[in-house]
Amino acid sequence: MIDKLYTYLQYPFVQRALIVGVLIALCSSLLGVTLVLKRFSFIGDGLSHVAFGAMCVATVVGVSNNMLIILPVTILSAIFLLRGGKHVKIKGDAAIAMISVASMAFGYLIMTVCSTSSNLTGDVCTTLFGSMTILTLRVRSVWICFILSILVITVFILFYNKIFAVTFDEDFAVSAGTNADRYNLLLAVVIAVIIVLAMNLCGSLLVSALIIFPALSAMRIFHSFKSVTIFSAVLSVICAFSGMIISILTGTPVGSTIVAVDTGAFLICYLIGLIVRRD
Amino acid sequence: MPLLQAEDLILGYNSHVIVDRLNFKVEKGDYLCIVGNNGSGKTTLMRTILGLQDPLGGKILFGDGLKKNEIGYLPQQNEIQKDFPASVEEIVLSGCQGRCGLRPFYSSAEKALARENMTKMGIEHLSKKSFFRISGGQKQRVLLARALCATRKVLLLDEPVSGLDPQGTSEMYELIDSLRKEGVTILMISHDIDAALTYSSHILHIGAEVFFGTKDEYLKSRAGKKFLLSKDEEDQ
Repeated sequence: MIDKLYTYLQYPFVQRALIVGVLIALCSSLLGVTLVLKRFSFIGDGLSHVAFGAMCVATVVGVSNNMLIILPVTILSAIFLLRGGKHVKIKGDAAIAMISVASMAFGYLIMTVCSTSSNLTGDVCTTLFGSMTILTLRVRSVWICFILSILVITVFILFYNKIFAVTFDEDFAVSAGTNADRYNLLLAVVIAVIIVLAMNLCGSLLVSALIIFPALSAMRIFHSFKSVTIFSAVLSVICAFSGMIISILTGTPVGSTIVAVDTGAFLICYLIGLIVRRD
Repeated sequence: MPLLQAEDLILGYNSHVIVDRLNFKVEKGDYLCIVGNNGSGKTTLMRTILGLQDPLGGKILFGDGLKKNEIGYLPQQNEIQKDFPASVEEIVLSGCQGRCGLRPFYSSAEKALARENMTKMGIEHLSKKSFFRISGGQKQRVLLARALCATRKVLLLDEPVSGLDPQGTSEMYELIDSLRKEGVTILMISHDIDAALTYSSHILHIGAEVFFGTKDEYLKSRAGKKFLLSKDEEDQ
């Protein structure tokens, strides 16, 4: 078994996939706390469905790089849901549900009507649940993922204090002169980028797990924003890495293995939280 | 020029008017209590003063060197904050955010200011504690320290004693009073008419009848007498 792992790790594309997987896991954990606490966990889910629809369109249209269509569509939807959602008549949850199921339906419809692929079910399944093995992550998207991850991490660090202020108490932040709308917009864009990134790793149906599990786990044990953020990032990286290794060794699908490990980690944190709270 | 002056202010949502043509002014060092029944527009007035929503008509003028974002706000606690993982220190420091502009991190002067305000509010021993693990009175002190990080000029307090026990309530009022003695102008929204009459210098009563003036004038006014009477009946 160790030999098998060793052989795999010799390949440069496996190494690259591991690095990118770890980076994506790191990014996706960063905004988890904000999403969970702004009661936006559902948005992650909704957006990933939008991304699925966009992916189907991209596949049918046959653009050279799927990201060119998926990224802008998801960003626009995120802006619409996070900002516009407040002002329109259809309220938050309903708007998300509507957009997400509609894009799923249209995506699959377009795929079945227009696709020329011989393995339609396989394509759809990969989009929904992620690649079967880490070996099928494509090199070109590896580079894009790498760059976007670094970008997300940089933005998060630079705007960390502002994200905290706007998440904790938007009214106070606005009254003290912070332009909350601007940062909500920024959040929307970053969330969209993270979703699209994470979709590469674990498919559109499992994306929100990657975003909310580390934050929820960390919140069981830690109680300051900084410690929760750091712990969820570390936990997410550990879970993603071990998930990928397990996937290589046992031949299980990458995405669901990572999410399974995340779930296990949550249970452990939950128990630790119960014990610590007793004191 | 007063610090804050409302001119023919019309408040409401969409086109529904709640308060029509409100006029009042706040001078430096005043302690203004805003009273009135539920639904009379107290919260709307507060949000308008803070710039969180626009008035339907009229305007609020800022003077005497006061800028729009120099009103420290003590909100009622919202739903999000009940389980938000944040330490006392992080929250107080976030009061300095308004002056950061695009600068990403807090300066050491801002950190010192946050520490100073925590000491002033008597919560420095809680600085590493989690916000949702401390008592209601302590939470209010934390939010007050945060507001003081944002400004030293005017504080706008929204029901600062709601949910506090009698001891916490009187401690909170003493704390606010001591800030006022240091020269901080206080605007307070309150249900507690007794406290309003004990501590405030001016009263703004909004609702079916509108009154603005000093505390003594209020006691003699029709709006004041009626309101006090109705409150007495409620208590019995």
